[in-house]
Amino acid sequence: MFDSFQAFLDMGGHGLYVWLVYGSAVPLLVLNLMKLRRARRQLLRELKATQAVLDDATHAT
Amino acid sequence: MRLKEFWHRLGSPRWFYQMSGPWQLGFTVAAGVLLLVGIIWGVAFAPPDYQQGNSFRIMYVHVPTAILAQSVYMVLGAAGVLLLVWRMKLADMVLQTMVPFGLAMTALALFTGAVWGRPTWGTWWVFDGRTTSTLVMLFLYFGLYALRQAIPRPEAAGRACALLAIVGTINIPIIKYSVEWWTTLHQGATFKLTEAPAMPIEMWAPLLVNVIGIYCLFGANLIANLRNEILRREQATKWVRELVARPLT
Amino acid sequence: MFRVQFHREWLSMMRSRDEVLNPLVFLFLAVTLFAMGFGGDAKVLGEFSPGIVWVLVLLANLLSLEAMFRRDFEDGSLEQMVLLADPQFLPVLAKITAQWCVTGFAMTLLAPVVALMLNMPVSALPTLMVCLLLGTPALSLVGAVGAALTVGLRRGGVLLALLVLPLYLPVLIFGVSAVVDVMAGIDTVAQIYWLAAISMLAVTAAPFAVVAAIRISVEQT
Repeated sequence: MFDSFQAFLDMGGHGLYVWLVYGSAVPLLVLNLMKLRRARRQLLRELKATQAVLDDATHAT
Repeated sequence: MRLKEFWHRLGSPRWFYQMSGPWQLGFTVAAGVLLLVGIIWGVAFAPPDYQQGNSFRIMYVHVPTAILAQSVYMVLGAAGVLLLVWRMKLADMVLQTMVPFGLAMTALALFTGAVWGRPTWGTWWVFDGRTTSTLVMLFLYFGLYALRQAIPRPEAAGRACALLAIVGTINIPIIKYSVEWWTTLHQGATFKLTEAPAMPIEMWAPLLVNVIGIYCLFGANLIANLRNEILRREQATKWVRELVARPLT
Repeated sequence: MFRVQFHREWLSMMRSRDEVLNPLVFLFLAVTLFAMGFGGDAKVLGEFSPGIVWVLVLLANLLSLEAMFRRDFEDGSLEQMVLLADPQFLPVLAKITAQWCVTGFAMTLLAPVVALMLNMPVSALPTLMVCLLLGTPALSLVGAVGAALTVGLRRGGVLLALLVLPLYLPVLIFGVSAVVDVMAGIDTVAQIYWLAAISMLAVTAAPFAVVAAIRISVEQT
């Protein structure tokens, strides 16, 4: 456990390195989890659009 | 008997899609919770290392990503065998969709390793056994990616990548061994995590949580990518059309 | 069967001499570049000569890979060769052997000249040649897998390098370390065994991978 918030940020002089790692990894992991949700919705919307076009084409003929 | 049935069903994308909804939710939630707990525990509550001080907290990110970088490549190699021998459609989709994830994990492992190396070894980069073989693995991932981009027909691209993934999987242990052999011979004692004194439980428990969490993240990505790819490839079939016609959930 | 195919390959290669000579000329040209890059300092060159020779052998081998299946692929004889032969790997093995004769084997014979240009001690030359003789077959075999995978592609060249060079790494490591060790007066039996083992593994596995790769390339056109 750290004595103070200041000590937590400082990481015993290794703050730069530790926070560089966590600062790059955590956003990446969060983005990855968010992407899973977004990719599915986007795909469903895309498929819906293409099928609407296809349905229109078949009705027109 | 049940196992054989399961095996056959895995060949059916539709069956996989219908089964895998709850699995994906489970893996995604587990990944989120475990990684959140593991990271906060590791960065704030684990005791500092008596030699490295607080810089060892990088381990909680570095080790899981490095493990996954290798695991994903092994999965790609296994998918290659499944595709070439049994022509399993799902294996083709695994090979197609999981390369970027593996690439990202390998890059993250290399980056975190470099940042850890600076305070620990006094240098950003050392061509020792592990770094070099991980770097070569990054090139192998790039090769898989580039080969798929270069071949216009998806089916041929899938089988070409399968073959390349298998060849790469055979090569990784040889590369790893040869680099380790060369550097241990010429650098004398290197910095090995495995030879550090056994860690106390307060130190390795967060690591274990993160490793399990990142495997869950891998599972969530795998299933989500497969489900999307199934919909994309089967978009002309009746069941996908019905599914798409339903309102968005 | 093997001999007939090998003879055919040999004749066709002798007919297009430039394809055979270009990688070897490249080897000498690149040695000259390296020598100039180090300012012609004989001492420095001698120290780094094992690495330079091996890296250039790797690259020269890579340059000759692209032409390996190209012509046979374009005139359709590759398809017949692979699909009609029984066993299928024999003509492939003959082709790789022919390619090795004009690259790996030729470079083994030329290695003393190259090494002496780089001021490598004469006492290291026998080890260098033995290592090249044992290591280069693996290069040709593994390279053939990459060449067969990329033969139908328009932008195959750089991709081939990207696919094949990482797989060349173990041969480079054992090859260089053997020559470095012999220059330092250390026993090199282990590296020589390793190079032989890698080539043996490659000769048993690679021909089948090449056949599979040719099938994929043929089917996609």
